[in-house]
Amino acid sequence: MNKNLQEQIIRSSGVNVLKCMRCGKCSGTCPSYGEMEYHPHQFVYMVERGEIEPLLKSESLYKCLTCFACVERCPRNVEPAKVVEAVRLAAVRQQGNNHLTPAQIPDMLDDDLPQQAIVTAFRKYTK
Amino acid sequence: MQRIGVFVCHCGTNIAATVDVKAVAEALGHEPGVVISQDYQYMCSESGQNLVKNSIKEHNLTGVVVCSCSPRMHENTFRKAAAAAGLNSYMVEIANIREQCSWIHKDIATATEKAIILGKAAVAKVHLNAPLTAGESPVVKRALVIGGGIAGIQTALDIAEAGFDVDIVEKNPTIGGKMAQIDKTFPTLDCAACILTPKMVEASQNEKIHIHSFSEVADVKGFVGNFTVKIKKKARFVDETKCTGCGLCTEKCPMKKVPNEFNMGLDNRTAIYIPFAQAVPKVATIDPNYCMMLKNGKCGVCSKVCSVGAIDYKQEDRIIEEKYGAIIVATGFNPIKLDKYDEFAYNQCADVVTSLELERLMNAAGPNGGTLLRPSDKTHPHTIVFVQCVGSRCDDSKGKPYCSKICCMYTAKHAMLIREKYPDTEVYVFYIDVRTPGKNFDEFYRRAVEQYNVHYIKGMVGKVTPKSDGKIDVQASDLLANEQLHINADMVVLAAAIEPDKTARPLATMLTTQMDTNDFFTEAHPKLRPVESATAGIFLSGACQGPKDIPETVAQASAAAAKAIGLLCKNSITCNPCVAHSNELMCNGCSSCEKVCPYGAITYVDKEFRMPDRTTAIRRVASVNPAVCQGCGACTVACPSGAMDLNGFSNSQIMAEVDAICK
Amino acid sequence: METFTYYPGCTLRTKAKDLDTYARSSAEALGISLVEPADWQCCGGAYTTAKDEIATKLSAVRTLNAAKESGTALVTVCSACHNVIKQTNYDISNNDDMAMKVNNYLKLSEPYSGETTVYHYLELLRDVVGFDKLKEKVVNPFKGKKIAAYYGCLLLRPSKALAMDDPENPTIMEDFIKAIGGTPVIYAQRNECCGGYITMEDKAQAAKRSGAVMDSAKDQGADMVITACPLCLYNLRKNSGSDLPVYYFTELLAEALGLKEANNE
Repeated sequence: MNKNLQEQIIRSSGVNVLKCMRCGKCSGTCPSYGEMEYHPHQFVYMVERGEIEPLLKSESLYKCLTCFACVERCPRNVEPAKVVEAVRLAAVRQQGNNHLTPAQIPDMLDDDLPQQAIVTAFRKYTK
Repeated sequence: MQRIGVFVCHCGTNIAATVDVKAVAEALGHEPGVVISQDYQYMCSESGQNLVKNSIKEHNLTGVVVCSCSPRMHENTFRKAAAAAGLNSYMVEIANIREQCSWIHKDIATATEKAIILGKAAVAKVHLNAPLTAGESPVVKRALVIGGGIAGIQTALDIAEAGFDVDIVEKNPTIGGKMAQIDKTFPTLDCAACILTPKMVEASQNEKIHIHSFSEVADVKGFVGNFTVKIKKKARFVDETKCTGCGLCTEKCPMKKVPNEFNMGLDNRTAIYIPFAQAVPKVATIDPNYCMMLKNGKCGVCSKVCSVGAIDYKQEDRIIEEKYGAIIVATGFNPIKLDKYDEFAYNQCADVVTSLELERLMNAAGPNGGTLLRPSDKTHPHTIVFVQCVGSRCDDSKGKPYCSKICCMYTAKHAMLIREKYPDTEVYVFYIDVRTPGKNFDEFYRRAVEQYNVHYIKGMVGKVTPKSDGKIDVQASDLLANEQLHINADMVVLAAAIEPDKTARPLATMLTTQMDTNDFFTEAHPKLRPVESATAGIFLSGACQGPKDIPETVAQASAAAAKAIGLLCKNSITCNPCVAHSNELMCNGCSSCEKVCPYGAITYVDKEFRMPDRTTAIRRVASVNPAVCQGCGACTVACPSGAMDLNGFSNSQIMAEVDAICK
Repeated sequence: METFTYYPGCTLRTKAKDLDTYARSSAEALGISLVEPADWQCCGGAYTTAKDEIATKLSAVRTLNAAKESGTALVTVCSACHNVIKQTNYDISNNDDMAMKVNNYLKLSEPYSGETTVYHYLELLRDVVGFDKLKEKVVNPFKGKKIAAYYGCLLLRPSKALAMDDPENPTIMEDFIKAIGGTPVIYAQRNECCGGYITMEDKAQAAKRSGAVMDSAKDQGADMVITACPLCLYNLRKNSGSDLPVYYFTELLAEALGLKEANNE
């Protein structure tokens, strides 16, 4: 349990994880549930417990669509998406840990792809 | 010159461990006017009290100071002891050297010094005490119950049983409230109407109970024992005294497209209607929003078919005035509106319903005669999903912060009733917790799971997608299986939060009684005084005070009745003599005091005064009603001329205390 | 003519030219003057909610400030820009720490603290023009056409910051559709995510998401789907596997106003 990392993530997210009442609505509404290894309610719970390492290593960080459904629908205003983002930032801020590199881009392109997609992906996945 | 006796209590070690009580007694013995000053182990004990009584007689004491625990504990004890010894009760002052001294300090020297100072202040105050006599005010032996649901009905029945007249004011055309809309009740699965309607009939037949249906409280003035209430009897356009409740008008009325509130808008009624078959009073009412005669002057069929000539299109609202000794509030609750919960597609799909709507759908007097059918196409539902806690336990602006208390139980009830009647129907309940706090409640819920195979899933529904084939895709999380599942449902039932009736807040203002931020009436003490409001003479009954189920409501209703009876059986009530009074010669009639009084105890009267030049002038001066005044002192602070003062806590007394402390 | 600062965003200048040109010509026809700020930068596409992210929010603040300095409100068309700019504006108004850090870094002539009002183009139509006024100007109504509005996730959420419409039961686009003579189609997936940027590395997930949206719209009888976001349009057209046509709402607006022929398609 890395207390420093936990505190840093909680501070960076601005979320009070103790408000969670374990209802599961965030995970119930998450459109990426099937693609994630750890789901929004688990992010909140594991950050509360300080179990950050498994989250940092998980691909789930990059499967979040930032659609804010969990933020909008959580009855306790916990805002799980902000927890996911804080963990993701903790991961990509580390040297050499960008999830997307410019070299990967050309293979992803097609004539119609709006550059908005590239810009947003970079914003979410890199530092 | 006062002769004051000082008694310093050890309170065992509660005070004596931190305060040198002997030193305190010694020091206070030197104060001017103190003729005897002693310490004792337990002042509140019988021997302690006897010590006070004997000292009063022996030393001809004119004032008593007891240095002890908080006056909230034993002020009354020592007042009674003084009275028993022939000294006016209000010549007793308490110096709190426990809660305000020994219990909060650790250092003996500091605590002792402080105790001496507190004692000196009390002595200084008692010097200025004047004997006070508690007044009396009469009690009108009639009670008003606001709200005619099960809470109001039970309270009225109990008060009538004790021999007092009771008026029930109910804003709907019939009494019965929410319980009349319920199909079966947990945990016994009794038919709600079967157990309620006998009480409704009893209430209507009881000579001492008078029901004002389709009426609202318009104004309340007065104080405990003497309330004057204006009741607005709304126009039903039907003469109650003539109408027999035969129902012919409702059959013949051509306006048949009015959403039926009793069935939660799931079916229609006519413009002239009787809410349900067992309505009390069984009298028709015309809805002016839909009646073609009242709106456009066309029709008039009901008037033609009525064999007793009870229809009166010219009827108007009227106000009646009555006096009451006690008022009991029983305004009940409503489920919240679910406009802000469309992730559940409530507004998009007729087959997504609230629990109360489901109650009507399953009821024999409901839109489908008791067969549970989907509202959209009237087919049988094979899969039903229940969603708990919709709008409850929320920390956002959409919902309520509290748990609505009844939903876990009524959902288990719904689930079981459905499984019992339709064994082919699968039932899922998505829950956060299952709260079963009553007698036989948990066993009830376990039957739903273990005997009736209701699928309880710990998780929450995130999205409901209605489909064109009539099915509903329910996407939800199952936290224990760590899955997100999709259920192809036929109906979704949302357990909506409950909130107090919207008339509660304006009523609280009229009654000057307290409400919390959720609009529930606040009880005088959350544990020890749950059925009284902080306003004397106003009692609370039922869900208006907090979410509760029927067993609790009935218990609370009877409790409120007991408290009301305790008041009504008195011929007069003693008033607290520590009330404000205005020096009429100094009062300039500015109304500052009247505006700040939280109890409405101050009015203004015109009085004749002899002027220096031998003429008389009429001046407007403040008049405090000693029966209503609670002695809070706000008026004495607001008064710009210093005319307003408080008996027992006068400005000079307070200043004397301050001087004693600062010396 | 009422003037607004207009922020097109990077994609409206390139891959989503239609969305932009139709927006501008329609605005002119409706008596709205849209003026771009002298130099603007890409908003970044996504709002970084983290409390210690400041640099990523600066371009939005610069745009907001440009609007403030010109004394006009800010209008944007792309859902993603709308989301980033409104969330930035909300946070800078409510979070003193962020406002202080941003202003310390940017050293604007006057500190910016959320003064600018931000409109999405649809809000402009609803609140400034008025849907009834719009209806009067329609020459080619979409009579009999069943049009499904696709909001996606970014137009409405988080509702506290965006304050555009009810996030679960919105009506603004449906009212727009009615104003241009069409019949709106309500379907549950209209406010669920199309997949967004996930199309870059996981086409399958984007296909799943946008497929669910289009299936829901088709299931409820839609003839076509309209949207305000270039990325949503891309996902719904290319990844969903649906045959329902998808258009920008501004294209329909321009056609309804009789302006489409004037623009080279």
